[in-house]
Amino acid sequence: MALEVDHLQLCYRTLRGDVRAVDDVTFTIDDGEIMGLAGESGCGKSTLGNGLVRMDVRMRQLAGRVELDGEELPISDEKAMRSFRFKSVSIVPQYAMSALNPTRRVGKMVSELLKSRGFDYKSALPELERRVKLVGLDADVLKRYPIELSGGMKQRVVMVISTLLNPSLLIADEVTSALDVSTQRAVGEMLLEFRDRKFVKSTMVITHDVSILAQVADTILVMYAGKLAEKASADVVINSPLHPYTQLLISSLPEVGVRHDEHTLVGIPGRPPPLLNPPAGCRFRDRCPFAFDRCAEEPPFMEVKPGHSVACWLRTKGAAPAGGAEPC
Amino acid sequence: MLKLDNVTKVYKTGTFGGESLPAVRKVSFEIRPGEVTALIGESGSGKSTLGKMILRLEPVTSGTITYEGTDIARLKGKRLREYYRHVQGVFQDPFSSYNPVFRADRVFATIKRSYFPSVSNAEWHERVETSLKSVGLNPVDVLNKFTHQLSGGQLQRILIARALLLDIKVLVADEIISMIDASTRVDVLNLLSNLKARGLGVLFITHDLSLGNYISERTIILRRGVIVEMGATQKVFDNPQHEYTKMLLTAVPQLHKKWEAGLEPELAAMGVNAQDDGRPGRYSRSSLHPLANMHARKGRREFAEHELAEGLLRTDTYLRTHEEVPPLVEIEDDHFVVESTRVH
Repeated sequence: MALEVDHLQLCYRTLRGDVRAVDDVTFTIDDGEIMGLAGESGCGKSTLGNGLVRMDVRMRQLAGRVELDGEELPISDEKAMRSFRFKSVSIVPQYAMSALNPTRRVGKMVSELLKSRGFDYKSALPELERRVKLVGLDADVLKRYPIELSGGMKQRVVMVISTLLNPSLLIADEVTSALDVSTQRAVGEMLLEFRDRKFVKSTMVITHDVSILAQVADTILVMYAGKLAEKASADVVINSPLHPYTQLLISSLPEVGVRHDEHTLVGIPGRPPPLLNPPAGCRFRDRCPFAFDRCAEEPPFMEVKPGHSVACWLRTKGAAPAGGAEPC
Repeated sequence: MLKLDNVTKVYKTGTFGGESLPAVRKVSFEIRPGEVTALIGESGSGKSTLGKMILRLEPVTSGTITYEGTDIARLKGKRLREYYRHVQGVFQDPFSSYNPVFRADRVFATIKRSYFPSVSNAEWHERVETSLKSVGLNPVDVLNKFTHQLSGGQLQRILIARALLLDIKVLVADEIISMIDASTRVDVLNLLSNLKARGLGVLFITHDLSLGNYISERTIILRRGVIVEMGATQKVFDNPQHEYTKMLLTAVPQLHKKWEAGLEPELAAMGVNAQDDGRPGRYSRSSLHPLANMHARKGRREFAEHELAEGLLRTDTYLRTHEEVPPLVEIEDDHFVVESTRVH
């Protein structure tokens, strides 16, 4: 197991109270696995990703434990995390385009970064240049300022820098959202290539775009309002999802070939509940077309089939309603 | 209704505007009532510039845009305001379209002030509510709220409701759903599609072909400011002719088809034999799309993409080196492809 997250709770401190953005989350990522993390905005997916790398001052870890390669990751300890960051856990942030220092040439920035981690730029340079070329850029991007690069180029530069020290875990937060379709594809395939070439051991891809995950992810974890909703292999989540939220999320995606006149897709009405005082019971209850009495209790996140876990009373054995309100 | 005729836009860049950058070159098309026209292209293709020129946010360098027979470049004062009564735009980022200091429904008040000063408050309120309901919003949910209290989908729909309060005939929708959640995206799309039933002409600007295909009647594919393929949506999608259209189609992430598999039909369509992959790569790094570079090494797939990339390179080189724009040729009824790069 590359990454083991056990009953993790993360919250944001606000004047009005704690906002639990990640609430009792347990999952693992295997070596060589690319796990997709999907959900709407405000579901806690970025909080989870950021929390594993760097908690900002508003964030607190309330409970839980994170292990990376058998070693505990002290995520709430800013100083202790320094020795893990970049070396064993690395992030490509949501706005990778603004992650580069505008006042430094790219190469200079990398050399400063390496120096701060006790590495030598000169000896790392051949490998850096090789990887820059691998992602289809010229080695002279290292001599340029970030302003001289296009969005897609910056995104790729950031990915190369983030994985330069072969971290065990790479967190890619919405890396494709701001890109054109063909650049999206290039970046998506880079994620696969980095894994295949063992630049990173395992990857967590955070996105709201499930169709990207269908292309790159081995497993998909769906979050809703800070809780886990469903986890299974990518194929299963896309073709036979069990949680009503996942089903609705996937059925609302327009695919090439689908036309409005023939087949009108529907979105999910409503929006995720506020996490300051989340409603009791199943958090998707208000928007769920299949909700029934039992949903007032919180459904456990449990394995219903081998390798397929879901948090929904409809899917928990022996708990289905008498009438048998079967989705699909 | 709204007609673009050889519209060209050249931006002046560099110190003292010494260099010129042609963003849009000799683009002609028409937005017809009751139709959604999808304008598809990637960053730098000039698609947003076209939208801005139609909304008169950017002047046209040459060519004309006419609305109901009048050249919009000559409109001034009262007549310009009348133009905006009929032609409105909605943009990509809903959060920056609003002033966060004020409540979101202020956009309605500004419309009233400029266009309907004589309408009574009670009647205006009623109109606002009707308009909000027609875009699928519950007035109670969105009125008197600040922008941070509303979702991206709600904000975009408020902007559409605002446009509907005017007597609009043309709506320019520039990437309006790329920043909203997947779950509400499709609602906004359906809304646009319903607008055409009201006789509106919609220009739907996007980089995502699947979205364009979902709602549009006509599709225009733009590359480096030039229309490379244009026609009835179904014809363009079922029978793509230009390499760029094909490449865009293979790059769209789909749920049930992996990227790799997307190339098999391409291979067949080009009569490429699967054994034919011994050809060395001849990529010219700087001038090709990143996509092509990525796949310089990947066996059989390489070949198909190689063909696409070469075709694309041919187009790009042509467009870069030639002042004039290659003419569009009608290959079947209502399906046009740029001439010099037709696939034979």
